[in-house]
Amino acid sequence: MITDAQPIITARFGFDDSYTLDRFLATGGYEGLRAALRKAPQQVGDDVKAASLLGRGGAGFPAGVKWGFTPAGVWPRYLVVNGDESEPGTYKDRMLMERDPHQLIEGILIACYAVGLGQAFLYVRGEMALAQERIAQALNDAYAAGYVGKNILGTDFSVDIVLTWGAGAYIVGEETGLIESLEGQRGMPRLKPPYFPAAIGLYQKPTIVNNIETLSNLPWIALNGGGAFAALGAETSTGMRMFAVSGHVNNPGVYEVEFGVTTFRDLIEAPIYCGGVRNGKRLKAFIPGGASAPWFFEEHLDLPLEAGAVGKAGSMLGSGAIVVMDEDTDVVRACHRIVRFFAKESCGKCTPCREGTSWLEKILARILEGEGRPEDVDMLLDICDNISPGINWPPRQTTICPLGPSAVSPIASAVSRFRGEFEAYVGGPVVTTVQLTGAAYRAPAEVSNA
Amino acid sequence: MARLTAENEALAREIIMRYPVARSALIPLCHLAQEQDGYLTEEAMQHIGELLGLEAAEVLGTASFYEMFKRHPVGKYLVNVCTSISCLLSGGDELLEHAQSSLGIAEGGTTDDGLFTLEGYECIAACTEAPCLQVNYRYFHRITHDEFDALVDDLRAGRRDGIPPHGTLQRVRQRISPDRVAGVVRPDDTTQPVWVGDTAALQDSPTT
Repeated sequence: MITDAQPIITARFGFDDSYTLDRFLATGGYEGLRAALRKAPQQVGDDVKAASLLGRGGAGFPAGVKWGFTPAGVWPRYLVVNGDESEPGTYKDRMLMERDPHQLIEGILIACYAVGLGQAFLYVRGEMALAQERIAQALNDAYAAGYVGKNILGTDFSVDIVLTWGAGAYIVGEETGLIESLEGQRGMPRLKPPYFPAAIGLYQKPTIVNNIETLSNLPWIALNGGGAFAALGAETSTGMRMFAVSGHVNNPGVYEVEFGVTTFRDLIEAPIYCGGVRNGKRLKAFIPGGASAPWFFEEHLDLPLEAGAVGKAGSMLGSGAIVVMDEDTDVVRACHRIVRFFAKESCGKCTPCREGTSWLEKILARILEGEGRPEDVDMLLDICDNISPGINWPPRQTTICPLGPSAVSPIASAVSRFRGEFEAYVGGPVVTTVQLTGAAYRAPAEVSNA
Repeated sequence: MARLTAENEALAREIIMRYPVARSALIPLCHLAQEQDGYLTEEAMQHIGELLGLEAAEVLGTASFYEMFKRHPVGKYLVNVCTSISCLLSGGDELLEHAQSSLGIAEGGTTDDGLFTLEGYECIAACTEAPCLQVNYRYFHRITHDEFDALVDDLRAGRRDGIPPHGTLQRVRQRISPDRVAGVVRPDDTTQPVWVGDTAALQDSPTT
């Protein structure tokens, strides 16, 4: 369903100078901060909880609930802002950082105020030079105008926001990898438990790690109330959400739509959005939530962009990245390209991922080069099963973080749906006789998230 | 050039002061060194180690994990052509191929005049604008082969002021003035923030 709900976080994008303090102040900027500071911190937190704002980074965990995991009375607490957007297909946090940095800063301040976070570190992906510059300028202006730093708006609320930045490593988008990087280390994820950041995070202290888009929603929530936000979208997927639609569509773009009610078909086919598959071609497959997500097909088009429904159908909305492939797409090549990414970006800490992703990449490469063997497809699935036992959704994992299982998604999707295309490459029928592992491994779902 | 200049060392000390633990400044300082020299030299890593109280090997240990840090000279312009999934679907491979023949170098190579280094790169978050590339981490969206050639010509002729030489990321730096700084919060500072409590920080009445 296409609704006429107005954009929240992209509302200023129409202005050429949307990133300046002047434009920000002329369009209601820092009024959300003012509204928040007129309430006690706990009330602000309650409002965000009432908004049911799901994290927009990939995991989709409710932000207000995450905030509540910080142990009572333990200080200091830190905020780490995850601006390391790198999931293939994903393009929205960069836009928010480049085009409305003050909105993000305002959101950071509201989070710090509500949760008692003493210092904030805004970690921007290394490759995003313009975003870094825009944020640096915005912070300098906001400090000078009294919105950030000591005694914000003349109150006793004081917090520094430190701009920090990476140097090229996808894994740093994983929250514990990000914390390692921020501590000056190689960005290798930590084991959870015990290292849930809300309890043991930056410098081993309680730390909230929030995504750019998540935080950018806070000024509106502070100003309009959590109830107004929750009234938008579906019950379980509230508010508005940004989706980047790329690949074989007529009008690829980033669209902020009502969350949970707009369908994939709306987004891909409606003239006001992507206007259908390019050149009048038929849809072959689409990735609903970034490269890590299992693929969807024509029969999934009418699903709403709603976390629960998409999860039940066997995939995820992840980072809000939809990649459309038309009927002419070589899915073996597409599959290889995604696996190559994860093989390159594996941090090397866990053996199944380090070895597995690189072997998956090598086997797919030789299939593409015409050197594949009929048993190769079986071998791909066998390796997938070692990384993610059972090859199910949500994935089980033999690794510390979900990067390894992410490489399994495209293979499981492509092989199960387009077996014939693999057969054509390897010159013979593909027999899948691999015995998939049972439930002998630790599944993420069995681990408490607190 | 090797160790940080006096000016950059002062800047480095200013950056270190923003973090509760000095080592957190490691990556920003490596960027600073790369900005100074175009790549990350051993002498700079030694110097950064001295500033942070670390061995040079520890600096290298972290820096070598991150692909933006170049430990050997690269071209003045680092051209990263995206070939991840969305760009693959929209001409990224063809663009990379064109770039190779246009520049006369293979992926990973540097032109003889030291101006260009070419890399096939993973997703740079411009997926709806495929095919895309970055020159020294500045974006070029939906770029045609002709536009690529024109860009290269411009760079050769020095007509692209907006693109600083490799190493420079931020032409605007964060500066926190002493009269506005809230102050670092050290991990061993266990006091409750003053604003945390049952009362609102701002006691004025709403203007709207």
